[in-house]
This record gives sequence, structure tokens and C-alpha cells, in this order.
Amino acid sequence: MALQSLDIKARSATTTPMPAARQTTEVAKLIDISKCIGCKACQVACMEWNDLRDEIGYNVGVYDNPADLSAESWTLMRFAEVEPQPGKLEWLIRKDGCMHCADPGCLKACPSPGAIVQYSNGIVDFHEENCIGCGYCITGCPFNIPRLSKKDSKVYKCTLCSDRVAVGMEPACIKACPTGALVFGSKQDMIEHAEERITDLKERGFENAGLYDPKGVGGTHVMYVLQHADQPELYSGLPKDPHISPLVSLWKGVTKPLASFGLGLIVLAGFFHYVTEGPKEVEEEETDA
Amino acid sequence: MPKPQLIQRYTPAERVNHWAVAVAFILLALSGLALFHPAFFFLTNLFGGGVWTRILHPFIGVLMVVLFIFMAQRFAPHNRITDADRRWIRQIKDVVRNNDENLPEAGKYNAGQKYLFWTLLVCILLLLVSGIIIWQPYFAPRMPLGLLRLAVLVHAVSAFVAIAAILVHIYAAIWVKGSVRAMIRGTVSRAWARHHHPAWFREVTGSK
Repeated sequence: MALQSLDIKARSATTTPMPAARQTTEVAKLIDISKCIGCKACQVACMEWNDLRDEIGYNVGVYDNPADLSAESWTLMRFAEVEPQPGKLEWLIRKDGCMHCADPGCLKACPSPGAIVQYSNGIVDFHEENCIGCGYCITGCPFNIPRLSKKDSKVYKCTLCSDRVAVGMEPACIKACPTGALVFGSKQDMIEHAEERITDLKERGFENAGLYDPKGVGGTHVMYVLQHADQPELYSGLPKDPHISPLVSLWKGVTKPLASFGLGLIVLAGFFHYVTEGPKEVEEEETDA
Repeated sequence: MPKPQLIQRYTPAERVNHWAVAVAFILLALSGLALFHPAFFFLTNLFGGGVWTRILHPFIGVLMVVLFIFMAQRFAPHNRITDADRRWIRQIKDVVRNNDENLPEAGKYNAGQKYLFWTLLVCILLLLVSGIIIWQPYFAPRMPLGLLRLAVLVHAVSAFVAIAAILVHIYAAIWVKGSVRAMIRGTVSRAWARHHHPAWFREVTGSK
């Protein structure tokens, strides 16, 4: 087995059970959007720890820089100017990146054994050496996170610094955050911490403040404290009720084992038909007179 | 030269075309199944691993489509569905039970062959369109997510139907003795033609 802290709980394209004798503590990153000042220290820390240097892009007219996630940019501040109530402008800054779903659509869609794994602490990780570059994980993800590299045709995304977490450290972005908007710990602790923050926000007039831990994907291991939890779309299109697309579930659910079984049945049916009814042979007498 | 009692059913060009499509189809089915379900992932070894399977599959696919288009335009005129064909399908029990004497007369192709032809034509067109949409890294990055999700499903469903149809096609060739020879050597016996494809037999021989 690998490190105990990286025991694998689920593995792509694998139909047999994973070692399940022990359960490590579920971890979570909590992003308190009400405390974020948009400094991008988390982006820099992510680049630094993971040794990533994205291509230098162009200003597209907003603060978002780079403009989108990429194979070399695994986290990104998205800036939204919105008016939740008329005349009341708010600048909502959301740190975007992998949500580390408990029910990961990417892992479900992946056809390559062991290219995507979920550790028992909840982190969903891509093992690029097993990735075949088909892009199926992109169709599976409800948050539009994985990016296919133009250099090597493999997909990349936030690892939640699984290498750091494995040895008892917090992710690089957490360490860099100057305001305490990012915190990391056991999922239970993070939920409790979020509750305190939500109580505080409600006292300050954000009556719809709440925790974003969407049930549609089984909960996530990256959670947000939102001032307007009733309208997550305000935060640069954070989905209100994310779930694995029914098209993907239909494609990857029971359909494929059933279809494979069906193909086997056709072969067997042919064989037994031959055994019982026999071939169509033209009688000798029919040869041309 | 075929012996006088033999009738030519397929020209050398038609046979080469058919078998080129067949080889491409088998490669596509094996590499496609490899990514269809983990139970078949071992098939990627035939193509040099998972990455090579992903790279090769779409190129073989385009090659097969080109070859199939040639074949389809050769064979399409013989595959128009008639009223007799609809009766043939209703009497599918007689077909399966080998009670051929009760069946409506078939032309160059019987109803089963014709429906197979149209099924494969539709499936291959769907596979082509959905396959281009999900083709990494060339076309897929430009496609919207919703379309990708639809295309992977369409690709899998139409591939399943096509593979199922081809299994039936292969079995039918084993079942109806003389068919394999027709596609390998190009000729059939007069008796075979008169028994299985009487209308076509009269057409090519001019006899009653």
C-alpha cells in the first residue's frame, strides 16, 4: 500500500473493491468568500509549490488573470461585480478550482484504470502517467475543472496538494492566504468553523449566508462560505445544484456492463442457434439441372 | 474465369472494399471496446497501450468511413426496402427456423441484409459526427461541454448497435453456407443463387 494518508478509496475504471480496512480523516478546504480580498497569493503559492509556470497571457478587461484555468493554472480568482439587490454593488471574488467531490464525475467517466483516484481522506487526484488523454473526465466534471495540456495531451487540475497533505502539511494556497479566507482541516472541523462564520455574517445583515457543500455530488472537500448561499450563480456561475450530468450517468452507469453482456449474449445465441437449427445449406438436388 | 455453373456475386474491387472495411471495423471495435468498459481495457495492449489506442482509434475511424462510403454507394441501389421485404421481416420465424421455402423471394439482398445495411449506414454516420466532436486533442477542445456529453453517449450507443449488427452479420455468414465464399472468391453456385436470392438469380441468368 501507499502512504496510509493516501490510501485509495476509489480508482477509475476499476470494478473491484479498494482496500477499505482503514478510514483516514476526511479533510476539507474552506474558502470564506466574505474574507477574500482577491490578492491572488493562493494562485502564486499554487504555482510555486507545484512548479507551474503558465504562459503569460493578455489582459481581457477584468481582474481575472489568467483568464481561465489551464493545465498549468490549477486555481484562479474569479471576480464578479454583481448587484444582489438593486443599487447595492458587491464585488464577489471566488477562488475557483477542483472541488474534490465525494462522488467525482471525472473518476466515473475515466476509462483508464488508475488515472484518477480518490483517497480515503477525500482528495481526488489525477495520476497523469496513467492518463490516456481522451478527455472523458472533462465531460464528467460538473464544475468544468480538468484541463487537457496542449504539451502532452494529459489532464491536470488541483491536487489539493495531496503531497503536502500526505505528510501532515496544509495545501500551499492555505499557507499563503493573508486574511484567513482559506482554512484547511478535517471536514467536520471545517463545517463547524463555517457555521461560526455564517452566524457572524447573518448578524451583519447577510441573512442568506450559508455553506456550499453541494449534496448533488455527495458533498465536496472544497467548500465555500457564501454571503448569498441562495444564489451561488452570482459567484461567477457557481452551479446551484451541481450533479453529474444524466447523460454521463446514462453513458457510464449500468448501460455499459449491460451492453457488454448483451454483445456476449448475441454471440452465444448465434452459437446455440447453429447447434439447434443448423446452417442453411442448399440441397444437392437443387444444383442446376 | 468462373466455371459456367458459378455466378459472379462480387467483383474483386467489391471484395477488396468489403474486407478493407471489415479489417478497419474490427480494429475500431477492439480499440473502442477497450475504452468502453474496464473489462475490455486489456485490449489496449493490442494497440501499444492506452495512449496509442486513443491516438489511433479516430484515424482508423476516418479511414473506415471513407472506405464505407465507397462500399455504400456501390451497394445502396440493391438495398431499397420493398413490400416483399416487410413480409420477409414479419416471417422472421421461418427465417430463423430455416423454413426458407415459405419466404417471399429475395433479390440480390434479403430484407435482413438490407436492414443491416441501413442500420450500419446510420450508425457509422452517427459515429463519425459524434467521434469528430469528442476527438482529442483536435476538435473536442472547441466544443461546448453539453455537446461533448451528448456526443460521448451517442458514440457509445451507436457503437453498441453497430457491433451488435456486425455480430449478427458474421453469424449469418457462417449460418448461410456459401456466403463466405461469395465474399472471398466472388462466386456462388447457381443452386445457391436460386435458393437464397431467386429474383436476383433470374435477373443475372435471364432464366425463369
